[in-house]
Amino acid sequence: MQHRMKRLSDAVQQLVFVGPALLFFCLIVLVPFLMSFYYSLTDWNGVTTRVVWAGLSNFKRILLEDSEFRNAFWFTARYTLAAVVFANAVGFTLALLLTQPLKTRNVLRTVFFLPNVIAGLLLGFIWSFIFVKGFAAIGEWTGIGFFKLPWLGTASTAFWGMVIVSVWQMAGYLMVIYIAAMMNMPRELIEAAKIDGAGRWKMLRSIIVPLVMPAFTVCLFLTLSWSFKVFDLNLSLTKGGPFGSTESVALNIYKEAFQNNRYGLGTAKSLIFFVVVATVTTLQVIYTKRKEVEV
Amino acid sequence: MEQTQRYNARLLAMEIAALLLALLFLVPFYFVVVNSLKSFGDLMRNAAGWPEAFRWDNYSKVWEIMKFPRAFMNSLLITVLSNAGLVLISAMAAYRILRRPTVFNRVLFVLFIAAMVIPFQSIMIPLVKVASEVGLMDSRFGLIICYFGFGVSLNLFLYHGFMKSIPLEIEEAAVVDGCTPYGVFWRIVFPLLKPMTITILILNSLWIWNDFLLPLLVLHSADIRTIPLQTYSFFGQYTKQWDLALAGLVLGVAPMVAFFLLMQKHIIAGISAGAVKG
Repeated sequence: MQHRMKRLSDAVQQLVFVGPALLFFCLIVLVPFLMSFYYSLTDWNGVTTRVVWAGLSNFKRILLEDSEFRNAFWFTARYTLAAVVFANAVGFTLALLLTQPLKTRNVLRTVFFLPNVIAGLLLGFIWSFIFVKGFAAIGEWTGIGFFKLPWLGTASTAFWGMVIVSVWQMAGYLMVIYIAAMMNMPRELIEAAKIDGAGRWKMLRSIIVPLVMPAFTVCLFLTLSWSFKVFDLNLSLTKGGPFGSTESVALNIYKEAFQNNRYGLGTAKSLIFFVVVATVTTLQVIYTKRKEVEV
Repeated sequence: MEQTQRYNARLLAMEIAALLLALLFLVPFYFVVVNSLKSFGDLMRNAAGWPEAFRWDNYSKVWEIMKFPRAFMNSLLITVLSNAGLVLISAMAAYRILRRPTVFNRVLFVLFIAAMVIPFQSIMIPLVKVASEVGLMDSRFGLIICYFGFGVSLNLFLYHGFMKSIPLEIEEAAVVDGCTPYGVFWRIVFPLLKPMTITILILNSLWIWNDFLLPLLVLHSADIRTIPLQTYSFFGQYTKQWDLALAGLVLGVAPMVAFFLLMQKHIIAGISAGAVKG
């Protein structure tokens, strides 16, 4: 009897402690995700209840015919590469600067982090004004050609516009993570390297970079997944334009499903997107983890 | 390594370079704030300079048009309640999973973690269907439920990692003193989680307050819109009227900037802690 009571109370505890988390997780994440496997094989339009089996025709159409999706993928890949490289380079450099005993480093840290607390959607609107009116005004004032470009008007400048805003937004966050890693570097190693006469470049390459490798793992993972999934900034800064040249995969999926009402096709795209994002980020984590050193 | 160095010319040069870079980071804020105080004509003539006359009524107009207090309250309600629920359900689940590592719980943990690689866009289309079937659409309450689902993986993971450092002996002592399992969690474990709870609250707040796509899909009625949604629809109507549009942007950005400046120590510490564990 007592044994049974104990088992009952244990079951109740399991339900009370884990139940709510599991319920919401299943309802919001797991079930919709599993459903998308089914819907990707249908011609569901999201409105009618009639869902017709379409086999692999959605996937065939995406891979062979949908040039917009291919362009969106190509744009997202190039954008991700540029944003990840530049954001991490800027974030790492800022961290190197701000771990020096500068007098204003607390203020500087605040300033560099500031863009990150603003919603991506609002950032895009802010920068659309800067690119259209602000840069033009600076260009008139200084006469520098860089500011007179039609920033959101051509495919290549709009691409770099997206990259500039993303770097401005992400660099501060990465800086915080890199600073935390640099503060945790064992002092003895740094001192020993100094005594051994390591120059600045040698110090950076052979001591600092290997020691903050775990931070690289985290920062690359974060920037990769943020950039791959870019939506808000894309929508508010360029709306995918000019002529669809800066349309991200996320925006393409959104339009396919909720503007063209092709939910079946949209889910098929979103599954391909999932496979690519999951593969790339997993490979990156495995690769950089392997480079981490034990101290 | 730093304290031993004296302040020399090299550091001064670095300081100046960093300050210039900081100014560059602040330029967009300057443009937006200064131009939000100009008349439309003034703004079109000179976008870089100081206003001819300060037009504060841009703000009072936008305040009315955007129904800013309402949007602010919606954002606040959704952020606070989502946070409260997330902390509760993920701390409890993490505790149970760590202390009772049955096969079921271990599989569950892996499932929660694995789900973090699924991009939101790969769930959103069927989610709209599920949400409308269980009555979550076009309701702030429904949106909060969605945040429970999307946030629980990371929060549970962070709590799980942090709890490993809490010694079991404290809990055992409480049990000997006659504490129930629920009491042990609430009175002993949960207070000890406070540093991680602060980190989680900060990460969740930055995410939920600034989120756009999920509210766009779930909320449709004008009176329940959050700040990003309201700014989006406001911008759609006043595309070329930069004087009003910019005032709207400043209003939209202000709450989060104020929150950051007040809480920056916690926010920066929270992000470092969250990243080390993540």
